[in-house]
Amino acid sequence: MSVKARQRSGWSLAFIVVVVVSLVPVFWLLMLSLKTPASATDGSFIPHHWTLDNYRDIFKQSVFTAALRNSIGIGLISTALAVLLASSAAYAIARLDFPGKQTILAVALMVTLFPQVSLVGPLYNLWRQIGLFNTWPGLIIPYLTFALPLAIYVLSTFFREIPWELEQAAEIDGATPFQAFTKVIAPLAMPGLATTFIIVFLICWNDFVFAISLTATNAAMTVPAAIAQFPGVSQFTQPIGDIAAAAIVVTVPVMVLVLLFQRRIVAGLTAGAVKG
Amino acid sequence: MAEIALEHITKRYGDGFEAVKDLNLDIADGEFMILVGPSGCGKSTALRMVAGLEDITGGELKIGGQVVNDKTPKDRDIAMVFQNYALYPHMTVRENMGFALKLAKTPQDEIDKKVNEAARILDLEQHLERKPANLSGGQRQRVAMGRAIVRNPSAFLMDEPLSNLDAKLRVQMRTEISRIQQRLETTTIYVTHDQTEALTLGDRIAVMRAGELQQVGPPSELYGRPKNLFVAGFIGSPSMNFLGGELDGDNVKLPIGELRIPDVLRGRLQSGPGGGRGGVIVGLRPEDFEDAQLVRDKSRGITFTAKIDVLESMGSEFYAYFNLESEKVSSKELDELAHDAGAADLPTQAGSQVVARLEAASKVRQGEEVELWFNSEHLHLFDPETGKSLLGADSGNGGSTPPASSDPSQT
Repeated sequence: MSVKARQRSGWSLAFIVVVVVSLVPVFWLLMLSLKTPASATDGSFIPHHWTLDNYRDIFKQSVFTAALRNSIGIGLISTALAVLLASSAAYAIARLDFPGKQTILAVALMVTLFPQVSLVGPLYNLWRQIGLFNTWPGLIIPYLTFALPLAIYVLSTFFREIPWELEQAAEIDGATPFQAFTKVIAPLAMPGLATTFIIVFLICWNDFVFAISLTATNAAMTVPAAIAQFPGVSQFTQPIGDIAAAAIVVTVPVMVLVLLFQRRIVAGLTAGAVKG
Repeated sequence: MAEIALEHITKRYGDGFEAVKDLNLDIADGEFMILVGPSGCGKSTALRMVAGLEDITGGELKIGGQVVNDKTPKDRDIAMVFQNYALYPHMTVRENMGFALKLAKTPQDEIDKKVNEAARILDLEQHLERKPANLSGGQRQRVAMGRAIVRNPSAFLMDEPLSNLDAKLRVQMRTEISRIQQRLETTTIYVTHDQTEALTLGDRIAVMRAGELQQVGPPSELYGRPKNLFVAGFIGSPSMNFLGGELDGDNVKLPIGELRIPDVLRGRLQSGPGGGRGGVIVGLRPEDFEDAQLVRDKSRGITFTAKIDVLESMGSEFYAYFNLESEKVSSKELDELAHDAGAADLPTQAGSQVVARLEAASKVRQGEEVELWFNSEHLHLFDPETGKSLLGADSGNGGSTPPASSDPSQT
């Protein structure tokens, strides 16, 4: 066997190991969600009795349907706001030279390094005082706070890669700075915007710390928090099947999102703008 | 259509660096003006100031008689062709070319008409629905031109538009640009570092060095009567040979012998250092040499012998290189030219290497001692201290006003 072939088979092996390690838990979760509540803890990997009861069950519970609605709503609003604000900020950071630019980036980085847990306590008290506890804005605000710096970082990198000449060309063609941004830069930054959208949405979608602390009822509780609150069929049964089914359900939107945007992310949209 | 006037234009950056120093230039309506100079001479900065992409630190910029210093690019009615074309990659060729008109809210049928017309001129008709990524370099360049043409602006600004093309295509596009400019008669400022492009394209050429304007004039004037060492060395290919010489009244002593300054030059000779005496730098263009055997009337020049080190055949002509025993002339301007040409990477030679252009009929051989002749009527003399030409212009000094011949509309 040549060195190259050996190298390749080594890589294949490593690749298989990684895929198995990361997919087995998901697969196990899927199997678990297809078992009947009684056989959930029987120790076998493949269900003896295949059933969709768990899925029917969770969609009958208002805890889950409300949480799903909250998760989607809060996630989309936070993400849209974050991408909108971050793209303006990142554009300015990439293009303009203004005093305090470095400071802004440094502060933004500091925010992302801040441990969320240390904020939860004060926020809980504050939100209760000003009436934001257990509301959508009550979650959107902290999500924005943590997502924005990251979004600004990712987007400013993308904006820097767009040749400045394109904007100057647009300017000479008679575009206002706003038109240059919306008609030339934004379409070219689509892969960047899509990437940022996914990252921010995942942050909001997966968050547990804020969700469990700053919400209490169906009015604002998101799925990760709601799953922890699932009632069992009776006082003495664990809602394992329900939890597994809910976990599978919330994984689906994420997968759809990634698959939807993946082409845009991969596509090198700026090809042909300038030579080389 | 408009004339462009740069009056005492200065660009100073935050760190105090002056990219453009007190630039004065009048560009007539319909004129093709070339800004040429080595990299970093301020020519692109000057162009970008005219475009409005760069703030003007001092002086006044007038387009069509109006001061436009504080106007945004979109209010200056100019079109620009960028070095890397800057086509919008997400738009088709048609959309690229019509973008400016669309922003100006031109009716769609008029946009279509103008884009089709421009596409016809530029031979882009079959590519209108393609995206820039699917075009060749030359096609992209033409789209960039098209984008400028469709707007029918009062001026075209071109920033080294051909430098990204390969050599053969560059020559083709050069003629193309010249043809389009003559057809549209739009005032054009064209920036390049290539002296051949400058000579072939421009009605007039402005040579810049280190932010300062060196000389403005039609190509023949810059070639025939360079005002200083820098212009002399920059314009012409292969570039002018410089030798140390001794001026003594009407005679000048050169490493190739002593020659009398011809009458045609004597009238223009200004008193140099020491009142017509002393050291001078003599400039000899390669094309003013000839194989002595091919010259019938040798009286207008000087004949000398030299050993040819290298003979390059160009087919239509020979370039003969030989060395002369003489101190290598040095001047700040020449050093800069040599540096720009990358001469620092070459081994230094004793003496001065001279290149002569000989006719293809010449029988000279490499390594042989041959008789060469130099036409002394085309001698150039420079002050070694200031680098200025010692030969004054005898009729109008070419300055910043265009000669009547190149621009009939100006009286």
